[in-house]
Amino acid sequence: MAPSPASQPEPRQAAAEAASARALARNPAQAFRFGMIQSLPFLIVIVPFAMLFGVVALEAGIDIAQILGFSVLVLAGASQFTAVQLLSDHAPTWVVILSGLAVNLRMAMYSASLVPWLKGATGRQKAWIAYTLIDQSYALAIQHYEHHPRLTLQQRLAYFFGAAVAMCIPWIAASWLGATLGRAIPDDIALDFAMPITFLAMIAPMLRTPAHMAACFVSIVAALLLAGLPSGLGMMIAALFGMATGALLEVWTERRQEAGS
Amino acid sequence: MNEAHSDLSIWVVIILLGIGTFLIRWSFLGALGNRDLPQWFMRMLRYTPVAVLPALVAPLVMWPAATGGQPEPARLSAAIVTVAIGVLTKNVILAILGGAITLFGMLYVLG
Repeated sequence: MAPSPASQPEPRQAAAEAASARALARNPAQAFRFGMIQSLPFLIVIVPFAMLFGVVALEAGIDIAQILGFSVLVLAGASQFTAVQLLSDHAPTWVVILSGLAVNLRMAMYSASLVPWLKGATGRQKAWIAYTLIDQSYALAIQHYEHHPRLTLQQRLAYFFGAAVAMCIPWIAASWLGATLGRAIPDDIALDFAMPITFLAMIAPMLRTPAHMAACFVSIVAALLLAGLPSGLGMMIAALFGMATGALLEVWTERRQEAGS
Repeated sequence: MNEAHSDLSIWVVIILLGIGTFLIRWSFLGALGNRDLPQWFMRMLRYTPVAVLPALVAPLVMWPAATGGQPEPARLSAAIVTVAIGVLTKNVILAILGGAITLFGMLYVLG
């Protein structure tokens, strides 16, 4: 017999409370391990993406030390690909750097949204958090903190660092592996298109609201119209148009909702 | 790689991009502490991924370097399939797989 709708919330709530109790009972070492375990599914994306970075960068003429330099010092996939793409397009150095940074601007938002949870950390801890703050470690941590708001600072930090270690070290190792194995990959497979497909696959699920779709649409149209500009420049201008469109549409939607209510 | 980027200029890119990225990530948590951000700024940040990445990818889809900048059916259809699967399933891995299968399938068929 199917459970009646009224009886459903109770077991779910009980399960959530049990999960919270388990989270609160973890000592820092256990919280660290839990963070590692919860990040394991992300490796399905991170490892191939990092290997691809190694291969693509090698094809662009970047040597292994520099490929490792990217993955260790920048440690941000999309911006690493962007920089390599623009380097092989012969874009000016400053354009390569600014475009790579533009791709990472979203991380300022991550940084801001972690403040309420991690502001008590020491300066050194905050520096390590900043170094390992990637999309995946952010997404895991913020969900964990919001589900279990009563965690201590030590438990929050341990969870974050567990997740960060389990994702950042494989990122670095797999990009080295890709660069090492890259020579063995035949030239005639359409590797040039691996990065566009990966990026499109990352963007598509983010198009949740009309504002996100409009931002995406405007930035595509502008990028195509401005493609004649020196490489990278058109992209930066188009991105600004897209961001402004998204923000304006968000404001407009909010106003309309307020007026309607 | 051509002469436009020497080893040194690639290292300059790596190091400055590394420092800049670190500062972006560190900004609010490390430097600005608890201060509130202007709302317009937070709004713009919300749209950086969906504005920056499409602007980067769109020309690569329309005018791929591999075909000498000519629009090409295999790459165009791979892009469309990837976006469609991504929007419908919200699953990054499925979208990548669908796009890759379309690309290689079309390249094989078109020979």
